[in-house]
Amino acid sequence: MRMPLSWLAEYTDLAPGARGADVAASLVRVGLEEEDLHGGDITGPLVVGRVLSFELEPQKNGKTIRWCTVDVGQNGQMLTEGKHQEIVCGAHNFEVGDLVVCVLPGAVLPGGFAIAARKTYGHVSNGMICAEDEIGLGHDHEGIIVLSRLLGEEKAATVQPGDDAIALLGLGEETVETNVTPDRGYCFSVRGLAREYWHAQGSPEGGYRDPADVAAPPATAGGYPVELKENSPIDGNDGCDRYVARIVRGIDPTRPSPAWMSKRLTQMGMRPISLAVDVTNYVMLAVGQPLHAFDVDRLSGSIVVRRARVGEKLTTLDDVERTLHADDLLITDGGEQPLAIAGVMGGASSEVTDATTDVLIEAAHFDPTTVARSSRRHRLVTEASKRFERGVDPKVTAAAAQLAVDLLVEHGGGTVDDGVTDVDRTTERTAYLLDVTEPARIVGVDYPRERVVGILRDLGCRVDESGEGADETHVLVTPPSWRPDLVDAPDYAEEVARIDGYNNIPSITPTPSDGRGLTHEQKARRVVADALAGAGLTEVLSYPFVSEELADQLMLPADDDRRAAVRLANPLSEERPLLRTSVLASLVDTLRRNVARGHKDVAIYELGLVFRPGGPLGTAPIPGVAARPDAGTLEQLYAAVPAQPRRAGILATGQAEQAGWWGPGRAADWSDMVAAVQTAAAALAVPVVVANDPGHAPWHPGRCARITLADGTLVGHAGELHPKVIAALDLPARTVAAEFDVDVLVAASAEPVQARAFSTFPPAMTDIALLVATDVAAADVEAALRSGAGDSLESVVLFDVYEGERIEAGHRSLAYRLTFRAADRTLTTDEVNGFRDAAVAAAATATGAVQR
Amino acid sequence: MSGPNTNYDPVEVSALDPANVDAAVQDALSAIAAAASLDDLKAVRIAHQGEKSPLALANREIGALPPSAKAEAGKRVGQARGRVGQALTARQAELEAERDERILVEERVDVTVPALRREPGARHPIELVAQRLVDAFVGMGWEVAEGPELESEWLNFDALNLGPDHPARQMQDTFFLDPVDSGLVLRTQTSPVQIRTMLEKEPPIYIVAPGKVFRTDDLDATHTPVFHQIECLAIDKGLTMAHLRGALDAFVRIMFGEETRTRVRANYFPFTEPSMETDFLCFACHGEETWGSAEPCRTCGGSGWIELGGSGMVNRKVLRTCGIDPDVYSGFAFGLGIERALQLRHGVQGMHEIVEGDVRFSQQFGMGV
Ligand SMILES: [Zn+2]
Repeated sequence: MRMPLSWLAEYTDLAPGARGADVAASLVRVGLEEEDLHGGDITGPLVVGRVLSFELEPQKNGKTIRWCTVDVGQNGQMLTEGKHQEIVCGAHNFEVGDLVVCVLPGAVLPGGFAIAARKTYGHVSNGMICAEDEIGLGHDHEGIIVLSRLLGEEKAATVQPGDDAIALLGLGEETVETNVTPDRGYCFSVRGLAREYWHAQGSPEGGYRDPADVAAPPATAGGYPVELKENSPIDGNDGCDRYVARIVRGIDPTRPSPAWMSKRLTQMGMRPISLAVDVTNYVMLAVGQPLHAFDVDRLSGSIVVRRARVGEKLTTLDDVERTLHADDLLITDGGEQPLAIAGVMGGASSEVTDATTDVLIEAAHFDPTTVARSSRRHRLVTEASKRFERGVDPKVTAAAAQLAVDLLVEHGGGTVDDGVTDVDRTTERTAYLLDVTEPARIVGVDYPRERVVGILRDLGCRVDESGEGADETHVLVTPPSWRPDLVDAPDYAEEVARIDGYNNIPSITPTPSDGRGLTHEQKARRVVADALAGAGLTEVLSYPFVSEELADQLMLPADDDRRAAVRLANPLSEERPLLRTSVLASLVDTLRRNVARGHKDVAIYELGLVFRPGGPLGTAPIPGVAARPDAGTLEQLYAAVPAQPRRAGILATGQAEQAGWWGPGRAADWSDMVAAVQTAAAALAVPVVVANDPGHAPWHPGRCARITLADGTLVGHAGELHPKVIAALDLPARTVAAEFDVDVLVAASAEPVQARAFSTFPPAMTDIALLVATDVAAADVEAALRSGAGDSLESVVLFDVYEGERIEAGHRSLAYRLTFRAADRTLTTDEVNGFRDAAVAAAATATGAVQR
Repeated sequence: MSGPNTNYDPVEVSALDPANVDAAVQDALSAIAAAASLDDLKAVRIAHQGEKSPLALANREIGALPPSAKAEAGKRVGQARGRVGQALTARQAELEAERDERILVEERVDVTVPALRREPGARHPIELVAQRLVDAFVGMGWEVAEGPELESEWLNFDALNLGPDHPARQMQDTFFLDPVDSGLVLRTQTSPVQIRTMLEKEPPIYIVAPGKVFRTDDLDATHTPVFHQIECLAIDKGLTMAHLRGALDAFVRIMFGEETRTRVRANYFPFTEPSMETDFLCFACHGEETWGSAEPCRTCGGSGWIELGGSGMVNRKVLRTCGIDPDVYSGFAFGLGIERALQLRHGVQGMHEIVEGDVRFSQQFGMGV
């Protein structure tokens, strides 16, 4: 919401010498955030110019500039030796004959940008033809300002080349722009902002002049007939509870809006259109009441406000035919023909035109929810809907209509009908019994009773200190009509704190007494993340949005769980509408991006949630919010949220170890991935079992490890990616990958590790070489050795694998070192040999191994 | 150099002659001094201290002397052998020291050649900043709460006093799921974690909730559709806005240093009433207003203050929705974006490097910040 300082000064007294920044700072203190400052920082000459001619000149850089001759009038030419100006312009949104805004040499634009004649594109350019943002008028930089479009044809017809554009556009004056929060609908008006500024100045007596404080006549017989028909209130609220209609006849449609009004509308960021429309907008900006102007001649029956019928249609002012919804509130002609979506936008059929002489001014109060829903449903955010959604003062209605009537009569030459329509079904707010010590309890500042009462009165509340229930600590508070947000004690506490000053609130560090630190799960997750980084992997974060093709690219089988992905209704890109079901799914992009940036050796990982609905999405209930939902509903609510296990994904390509003075490097291979998962497991002291897995996408069927807990619970997979997956995803050849379920590892580590006793007797070592068929897994051989070796076995290490000419085809030799150690004695050679032979025998039985 | 005495004649006792003993000592000492290596010294030792050295022979002669002469001769030869022995020991130490010195020189390598055979890994700084904040709050007795990223609409909006028609709900650019009537969304804030906690846990509650959140913003210098928040929630008896301010002050001191001050003002958030907006003193310029000067502070834009984020006392409606009696308990909540904290604290300019996953970005932060 913008506000020129001169307008503010009409309703309240500005602090002596206050500039825009000071006003903005005052408003910030009472909780209205500063958005921007406009105007006031431009010095002339900035004049109106008329484009006389231009030549197109293509440039080497591919742009085409316009070499323009512009009439800048007597004033402008005095500064430039009496000639028409020659100006280079890059924009193309204007024609010969258009009135534009020219900044001439000697001017200084916002930001201290000094203008001088300068040589550009082979010409001496005497200034610039300006765009809105260059002169601080708005944010538009699409093209230059064409005055007939900015001010309207009518207004533009009244200006001449050479006219001072600073005055014309109100640029000499500072305009403050504030951000209005949803609870302060009243601040969408100069009336409301002035009130807040007055509070920021300490609410001095008589320092605020309410523009809505005008005498408006009560309803009379003979007003325009208006009926409010409500058949389906929303949440018990009527769509319309007040409708004021006033008629002004005989307006001269050729009369333009007064210059001061056009200027203010321009300063507020609105475009002047015609007197009738400008007046409705001006009054809305002044007091916050959206108004609508109907052409009386285009109405045939009474005005009936009702909900829409299913299938009903209305073409709105923006020339869009809209199919209406049963919740939409309509203004209709005689109950049939829709004229407007109440509080949102009018229809084309009853719009005021340049021939309109008789105008009906509508000032109504609409239900915020009704307007919000219509605005959202039709994707129509208008100046009116913004205000109604946030709540408009239901008592300002008649005054706003009166202000509009007065302006139309004064500037359009019309006369007002005696008949006044004011259908008023609003109810009085009831008083709230406020405990005056409550603000202190909520805020933590000891506000005396008088301070609380004083602030509430300044805010416009009626404070009754003697009514029913009032006592030493209680008062009856009725909030002002423009503050629907003030309901209970915390609302009043905020107002007291806000006006007293938030910075008076002290700082007290809270002291919770029974914190138990991180949970085991939280600590264990950090251990996993740190262990992976410690193993040389770099953590990254990727977006979880993936494409539909990805499941095929990853060669996931038709019945794979990972194909059951959650789909977004409104994805950022239609190419990525699904949520990942594995971390690898989104990590592949990150790897590709790194490779594309020239990183040859990349090893990355990510810990994150994946989305596993396991089937079609359920429906989560939307219970009421008045109380805690019952246990059954909460259970349904939690159960409807799909499973989101936390998984780790790892991808690597290039060298795992660099070549250097020590010798050649080593390429990352499947074993690095198995090792990474083992490293994570070992960091949590969780034993894992590795097995060959010939059938798990997206891995290479011959180079994929399935990693489980000792009890068989799946932890994850690791190995080399399938060559077809690598090709489909355009990854470097031999890219390796792992993915595992962090939650499984973390859960497996929950029990405290139980320490084993160590033997201090000397170990005995013995080496064996076993000949096994190549399809026998080393893990199986090792398991058999362990089972046969007995309790004294301390470790089994596979220290050599040989396949080649010296042994039978289809076989390989596995060399193991077995280490034995007894808890209570030094083992004898005979004992050790016996254990060894038993181990070998077990391996022979289980795997067909033959000792070499 | 004198060689070993090979012309030994047992009859002659000239070996015990004082002059001869002295000569043998002198011979030995000069041979010792001349030994240039430990090997040389070994030979010298054999020649002058060995069984066949002149002094050893002289010693053997003593036995043949008359008892009256034995004492004197014994003393003479003993002293002589002592001198030689000492000289040998000293020279041995010298030569060993020289050898040790030489070996150290010979074994010198250039330790500036690369030592890391494998590039070290790194954590992502978003995780590290979140951990830093979490740890500080855990240290003050708070606990960490977490929740799902794909969340029920009711927990993400309705329960937070963001009803379907609330204007603030329109400000949220929410990812909805297909079908849209599933009642599920990608959470737009970590606040549903607070609701889950309040629904399930009896006060007192002091939790910090870090996590990933989602909004339908395209990636640009200041926006990303996936980002991280950290929120704190406290519910207890007697909590006021002063406690909220205290917690906020602790928060900014953790992130930006002990001198960091805050200022607060009113704002509006549906979840809280009263609500508060907090700015903290710019750590780069320490609040010296550089607005409008030639070089406004790049961290705060010249105002001297940096916006931290929204906060407030938990709305009574929200407490009731969660089954907490607002007449008994009160509480506060606040939060901020971790990306922004990272940008401010570590001078990260844009959003792209945080989300793109370029390994160089993570690697510059190592394992902790
Ligand atoms: Zn600064």
